[in-house]
Amino acid sequence: MRRRPHDAPRSSAPRSSAPRPPDAPDRSRRRRRALSLSTREAIWAYVFLLLPLAFYAFLRIYPAIQSFDLSLHRWHVDPAQRTFLGLAYYRELIGDPKLHRALTNTLLYAAIVVPSQLVLGLGIAVLLQSVRRLRPLFRAIYFSPYVTPAAAVAWVWGWMYSVNFGVFNTALIAWSDFVTRLGLAWLSIPPQAFLSDPKQALPSVAAVVVWQQLGFQVVIFLAGLQGVPRMFYDAAAIDGANAFQRFRFVTLPLLNPVMVFSVIISTIATLQLFDQVVNINFTDQGGPLNATLTIALYMYQLAFSRFQIGYASAVTVLLFVLILTVTLIQLRLLQRRVEY
Amino acid sequence: MVELETFGEPRRRPTAATVVAYVLLTLGTVVMFFPFVWMLLSAFKPIREIFQLTLLPHTWTLDNFRQVLFQTAFPRWFLNSLVVAAISTVSVLFFCSLVGYTLTRLRFPGRDLVFLIILSTLMVPTEMLVIPWYVMSTQYGWVNTYWGLAFPGLIPAFGVFLMRQFFQTLPRDLFDAGRVDGVSEFGLFWRIGLPLVRPGLAALGIFNFVGNWNAFLWPLIIAKSASMRTVPVGVALFSGEASTAWNLIMAASALAIVPVLLVFFVFQRQIIEGVVLTGVKG
Repeated sequence: MRRRPHDAPRSSAPRSSAPRPPDAPDRSRRRRRALSLSTREAIWAYVFLLLPLAFYAFLRIYPAIQSFDLSLHRWHVDPAQRTFLGLAYYRELIGDPKLHRALTNTLLYAAIVVPSQLVLGLGIAVLLQSVRRLRPLFRAIYFSPYVTPAAAVAWVWGWMYSVNFGVFNTALIAWSDFVTRLGLAWLSIPPQAFLSDPKQALPSVAAVVVWQQLGFQVVIFLAGLQGVPRMFYDAAAIDGANAFQRFRFVTLPLLNPVMVFSVIISTIATLQLFDQVVNINFTDQGGPLNATLTIALYMYQLAFSRFQIGYASAVTVLLFVLILTVTLIQLRLLQRRVEY
Repeated sequence: MVELETFGEPRRRPTAATVVAYVLLTLGTVVMFFPFVWMLLSAFKPIREIFQLTLLPHTWTLDNFRQVLFQTAFPRWFLNSLVVAAISTVSVLFFCSLVGYTLTRLRFPGRDLVFLIILSTLMVPTEMLVIPWYVMSTQYGWVNTYWGLAFPGLIPAFGVFLMRQFFQTLPRDLFDAGRVDGVSEFGLFWRIGLPLVRPGLAALGIFNFVGNWNAFLWPLIIAKSASMRTVPVGVALFSGEASTAWNLIMAASALAIVPVLLVFFVFQRQIIEGVVLTGVKG
């Protein structure tokens, strides 16, 4: 880069060495200098924030507003030829059975995944808390699925769930053979359809999500548990509280903020469920019979397979409102945090 | 708050309860790890063995890996994922810490508003942005480019939030002293601030790298040509074509999953720290 002569002094010369009029009184000079320091600080702040603010404005905020706008117009590549439809797409949403299905499924996923993660995550964290030697290793193992690509993981589970040669069904057949030979045929379990059965498909996918994201909850809860003052347990023990009472009346209330946080995070993640659903049943995404379809997947199909940009945008606005509502409700619960 | 002795270090000797905890945790370990083990072992099996329920392959073969590696663009996908994750990680480390620093260490009008604006973008789900992003990308020719793949994740708000927390812990005197010594405003950030938040940078960098590596929805939309796919997208579309060749699908999945697992076990302390920091303090 060629350097222009006036670049150098501006950036490197300290301010105090700038020539000043010899007759200026001392006090006013100090005042001016103080003022210029804070102005200078503000100018630097905005220089530092220039690119980041441009990023947020053009790539985060403008697109968010644009998706509202797109949902009110019939799509055309040329912005001048997009016709204003008002709330027509939203009215269409209300009567769209496939959307109803996607919405119900998404809420069902949340209803299965969120409580399972809460209970299992807390349970495993408490177990980890009570062991000492292998704690870091166990913690890493439980966390490891969380760092793996959900798309690839879903294929592995899809293979394990496979009806004819999947490991689950092969194991069920082997088990049934075994108990039948022992004369306990009533213990045998027939092979299951898993992902091919509209009733079992959604819980099967939900199980994969729980398996993959559980470690995150474990780590959060473990950190929360380690922040509980030990003297509370000692005091409770002196008062004669047994292990269950200590958990119920000391651990649970003190962990309330952590629990609300964990519920918010897993709810938001579940409402956006996409990767696993697409990949676990790749040839019939969201199937069978839309049994595993989520809002995010429906949006994707509308926008990028059928190119119904406007309608798909309305779906994303709905998802946004859904996530916002759920988060606000849960944050309200967080306000009632326990002080200690 | 007063420092209280926490429940961190139990003082008791192994009891029946501890033994039960070890047993349960070991059982859980089997559940957590079984899919990975099954994937790997299946990936080493020839196609005729793939439909038998034996854990270990009778004949070990590398053919599946060879096929995925050399008959697809897998090496290219790997390179793409590396490039995108590298671009975004460099940007995230620099800009998230710069913004975090500016929001805590510099005083200027509108500071709270700027923070609020950045924080508010956390509320908007990616799904809501992908359509406008795609419209924008077709308009500006960003489809099938590294910029197109990387731009959504350049300055994530959670990173700004995290780095802000770190800079808040540094004493203000440090920067005032630097200012008196004539360090430039950028130098205060670069030479005094950044070296002191290295643990935060490590956690954010690795966490962000892994998150980018695993991203699926946006790369699926923006990478139209096979040569611009990232690993998760490439593997997913390859597996879709492989139909029931589960040995190949498992090999492809293993190639997508195992490198991340290795990175995780090397850096697990920083990654888990990152989760705790965003979670508990956030």
